[in-house]
Parts: sequence; C-alpha cells; structure tokens
Amino acid sequence: MKTNHTCRQRGLALWGYVLLIAFVAGAAFGVLLLYQNMVTRKAEATQHSVRITELDETTVDPSKWGLNFPRQYDSYKRTVDNYGTKYGGAGSEAAPVSKLKTDSHLPEIFAGYAFAIDYNQRRGHAHMLEDQRVTKRVTERPQTGACLHCHTSNTVLYRKEGLKLGSPGTLEESMDSENGRAQLMAGFEAVCKMPYKQAAELAQHPVACIDCHDPKTMDLRVTKPGFIRGIDVLAHSDEPVPHLPSIERWRTGDRKQPYDANRDASRQEMRSMVCGQCHVEYYCGPKMTLFFPWNKGLKVEQIEATYNETKFPDGHRFYDFAHAKTGAEVLKAQHPEFELWSQGIHARSGVSCADCHMPYVREGAIKVSSHHVRSPLLNIAQACQTCHRYPESEIKARVEAIQDRTAALMDRAETATVGLIRALEAAKKQGATAQQLAPAYELQRKAQWRVDFINAENSMGFHAPQEAARILAEAIDYARQGELLVLGIKLAATTAAVTPAP
Amino acid sequence: MPTNINKTRMILGLLLASAIGLFAGVGGYTFYFGKGFSYLSNDPKACVNCHVMREQYDGWQKAAHHAVATCNDCHTPHDLIGKYMTKASNGYHHSKGFTLQDFHEPIMIKPGNSSVLQKNCVTCHQDIVDGINTHPGNPKKMLNCVHCHREVGHGPVR
Repeated sequence: MKTNHTCRQRGLALWGYVLLIAFVAGAAFGVLLLYQNMVTRKAEATQHSVRITELDETTVDPSKWGLNFPRQYDSYKRTVDNYGTKYGGAGSEAAPVSKLKTDSHLPEIFAGYAFAIDYNQRRGHAHMLEDQRVTKRVTERPQTGACLHCHTSNTVLYRKEGLKLGSPGTLEESMDSENGRAQLMAGFEAVCKMPYKQAAELAQHPVACIDCHDPKTMDLRVTKPGFIRGIDVLAHSDEPVPHLPSIERWRTGDRKQPYDANRDASRQEMRSMVCGQCHVEYYCGPKMTLFFPWNKGLKVEQIEATYNETKFPDGHRFYDFAHAKTGAEVLKAQHPEFELWSQGIHARSGVSCADCHMPYVREGAIKVSSHHVRSPLLNIAQACQTCHRYPESEIKARVEAIQDRTAALMDRAETATVGLIRALEAAKKQGATAQQLAPAYELQRKAQWRVDFINAENSMGFHAPQEAARILAEAIDYARQGELLVLGIKLAATTAAVTPAP
Repeated sequence: MPTNINKTRMILGLLLASAIGLFAGVGGYTFYFGKGFSYLSNDPKACVNCHVMREQYDGWQKAAHHAVATCNDCHTPHDLIGKYMTKASNGYHHSKGFTLQDFHEPIMIKPGNSSVLQKNCVTCHQDIVDGINTHPGNPKKMLNCVHCHREVGHGPVR
C-alpha cells in the first residue's frame, strides 16, 4: 500500500516536471516572438524606403514610383474608392449622384450653360480623367485642351509638346530648370488651344506622383502652369496673405525674380500649394489661355473685380456664359477650395490641406502621409484629433453644425437668385429693354457668382464658415436688390400706362 | 524500480534546469534588446524608444517646461511606490499596444494618468494656485490645469 502511494506521488511529480518544462518552453517561445517583433519594429524605424528603380523627370507612371514608395502608392490607389459624407463625395454607388437632381435650383441658375446638362458629385482622384472624358459637358459641347490642366498628369505631357514645338533642352533636365520651365509653358499654351479630343489622346494618367514631387529628392513641388503664374500674380498684389508667409517675405525683397513656390515656399506651405494647383477658381474656356484670377487677392469680390476688369481679345468684358433665360452675362465658379481655405481659421493657424486630407498615419514604426486623399470626416481620428482632443462624435457634430447652417443659408441664397432670374424673365417678356434691365443683370451676375462660389466649393462652408456665410448673405442681398429694381421698372411702366399724358 | 525513477527524475530535473536557464538567457537578452533597463531610469529618451511618442518628445524639447521637468516629473507620482506602480501599469499597456498594434491614434491621455498629471502640476505650483484650487487633494474634481495650459508640456499644437 505504502509503495503504491509513493509510486503515485512520484508519478505525479514526473508529470509536474513535464508540465513545467512545457510551460518554460512555451514562455521562451513567446519571448522569442516578442524579440522578433522588436527586430521588425526597429528595422522599420531605420528604413524608410528602398530604391528599387531609378526615377527621373520622364517617369510618369505612378506604379514605377510605387516600387520605391509602396506605402504611399498603396494609399494613393485607394482614391478609387467611392464614398459619401453628408454633403460631399459621390456616394458608394457606381454611378455618381447628379447635383442637378439633388438641387432643383441649379438647372435654372445654369440655364444655357454646360453645367445645366451634366453636373455630378465629385469622385476620388483616380476617377478624374475618365469622369471628364465621359461628362456630357465635354461630349455634347465643344471644349478645349485647357480642361486637362487639372484632370491628368501633364508635367511630362506639356514638356513633350513644348519640345515638339522647338523649346530648348531635353526632357531629362529638371522641370525647375530654365529649359524645363520653357518647355512646360510652351506645351501648356499649345495644349490649351487644342480641341479637347485631340488633347485627351495625349493624356494617360490621372494626377500622378510627378505632378507634386521632385523625382530626385521627393521634395514637394508645383508643376501646373496655371498655379505657377497665378501665385506670382497673387504675390504681386497688395492683398495681405498672412497664411502664406513666404509670399509676405518675397514682397519685402527686391522682387527682381518672380515669386516661385518651388524656391521660396516652406514645406508646410507646399503642403497646401500642391493642392492649390487645381482646387482653385480659374478660367479654362476657349477665348483666352487658362488663368487664375488672383490679381487683386483671393476673396470672392477680389476675384470678381479681376474678372470684371478682364477683357476678351474681342474687347468684350469677361463672362462665362450668357444666361439663357435672362440674357445676363454671368460667371461660373470652379472649385475655389484654396481660396476659401485661405479665409478660414485653419489656414490662419498654419494648418495645411495635407494636414487634414492626407494626415500622417503610422504603419508599424513608420509614419507616412496618407496618399488616400479624401474627406477628413472619414478619418476623424487622424485628421482632426491630432489637434482637437474631443471624441470623434463631438468633432463630427461640430463640423456638421457648420455645414447644416451653410446649406440652409445656401438654399435661401439659391432661392433668392432664382427669384431674381424669374423676375427678369417676366420683365423681359413684358417688354422691358436690355438697357432698362442692365443694372438688374449686374446684380444677377453678383448674386449668382457668390452663391455658386460656395456651392462649387467642396466643403459646404467648412473651410471658412464665417466667410461662407458672408458670401451667401451678400448673394441674398444682391438677388433681392435686383428683384426690387425689376419691381421698380414694372411699377414705373404701370404708372406710366395708367396716368394719362398731360 | 526506485533507481529508475530517480534516474528519470534527475534527467527531468536537469532538463528543467536547462530550460529555465535558457528562458532566463533568452528573456534577459530580449529585455536588453528592448532596452528594458532604460524604462527604470528617469531619462526622457526612454519614452521615444518605440517612436510613437516622437511628437510629444520633440514638442517637450521646445516647450516651456523643458528646462524644469522631464517626462517622469509630470507623468509619474513623486513617491517611490506610486512611481514604479505607474511605470509598470503604463509599461504593460504601452508594450501590449505597440506589440499588437491595436491602440487608438492619435494617442490620448487616460483618466488615471490625467489625475497623476494634475496632481503633479499642483505639487510644483502649489503657491500660485492655492487660491483657485477648488477641490484640493482630489485631482479628478480639481480645475484641470492643462485644459487651458495645454502647451506647457509639449509646445504649441500647430
């Protein structure tokens, strides 16, 4: 009995040993896993990119850049994703949403213009070229190659065309060299004059790495001719630009050379300027070469004044289209994000476009700027919470409060503008002359320009809430002033008809 | 019989001793590789071993408190036990987060650490804040210093 008991005890002890050995082995295994994890993290921290391929001024294809910068390229490719926020994006459906259907005022406001035929919500960067090729604004109305300034990667495209036309140098030279710039500008002028179809055949990629990065140093750079000229024009104006300190500094210098963002701007400014190459107001019609109207500054009335002083080659005052219902020569806004951001608190605080739209994301021990450019509302943690330490739901509610107010005000402004359009239409039918209606036409131009400035801008007022409200309030005021003018003309006519001549 | 069992026991004992020795070695090296000892020190560089707090570290170097306070002066209690308890708890959470990559970003201070911080503000600035310190001794109810003085520790946020 006694032996049996001892035996069992010894047997149990044996099993205890075995279990303990297994446990220690498991723990050692775990520690080695942890060690392996540390090795990986440490390696990530020292190694940012491996140069697999040589990139130069001729490399347009983003997939080649992606070999050296796989993390940035991965997120860049995600701009193909469809998404929607309360007021932005094209929704998750395959076919983009038509703004003409969601906003019943627009067909009347744009009567006679291509935007009354086809006007969709915007999709991601990856879709910019295909969406432009198929829009009825391009397929049903004649357009020029100027449209491609912002819908394709054209740094190399322009330079190649410039070289064909006899610009000096080779394509291998830096875009920022004297020859490179000469090629770029010559090609730009030529492509802008081509019919859209001919120019579109030259286009291969949507916006690509080379449009914003130097292939040798990866430094940010601007390459779009419209911006290169526009920002210099802005630098030459008197308008204070405290959010762009390098312009203020350039102004105090001898001004012998033009302001050049690639030479003068800080990295933080460049993180907005590369976006400002396209997300701006500009003229891209057939009558003049594409230009940014920044001669007097970036505010809505300064751009308007620049347009009003601009004359087409035939001597006629600048306008985008003659309104089909009233005959007024009116303006159409593009997408003045850079301009509206410039009036807002974020710009004033030194926050760039990329800080919110391409925030830093961490992968392991590496931080990269997300190249999945999109609404910050889809990534509030990275985009907003770095500065604003509030719960995501609170931040979203604050943004939507601003956007809801802007949307309500914009609806009133559009209603007022449509009110003026209808009043003008009726007065015309009743025989009012163009001369009589001229002051009211001017007010339609003002009101419509303002309401469209906010409608076409892609933030529903968020980029500068107070400025957006100011602009919409002015739109309402101008539209109603116009209606009063028309009413005055009508009253004068009726009084004249009723009162017998003395 | 007993001789056999004794032999087996001896072999197992040896095996166990080697296993434990091996574990201690592997564990010790991993601890060394992970700069384990630095976490027991007062050197702020230990806090950027894993790069997640790089921004906070860089910010601290430019901020008002750089000359007078290190990470531990604000973020750990000043008594010995409290200090190492806080280090142990944060060390566990940070290691787990960084290894499993499952933490909220941007990183944000949690209520427990927040009250440690609050207590430390008052410890140094006692004389000045005496008159406005609404709930002395209760860092959870106290007027939160960094609600307004957000920039003292890590510099201005953009």
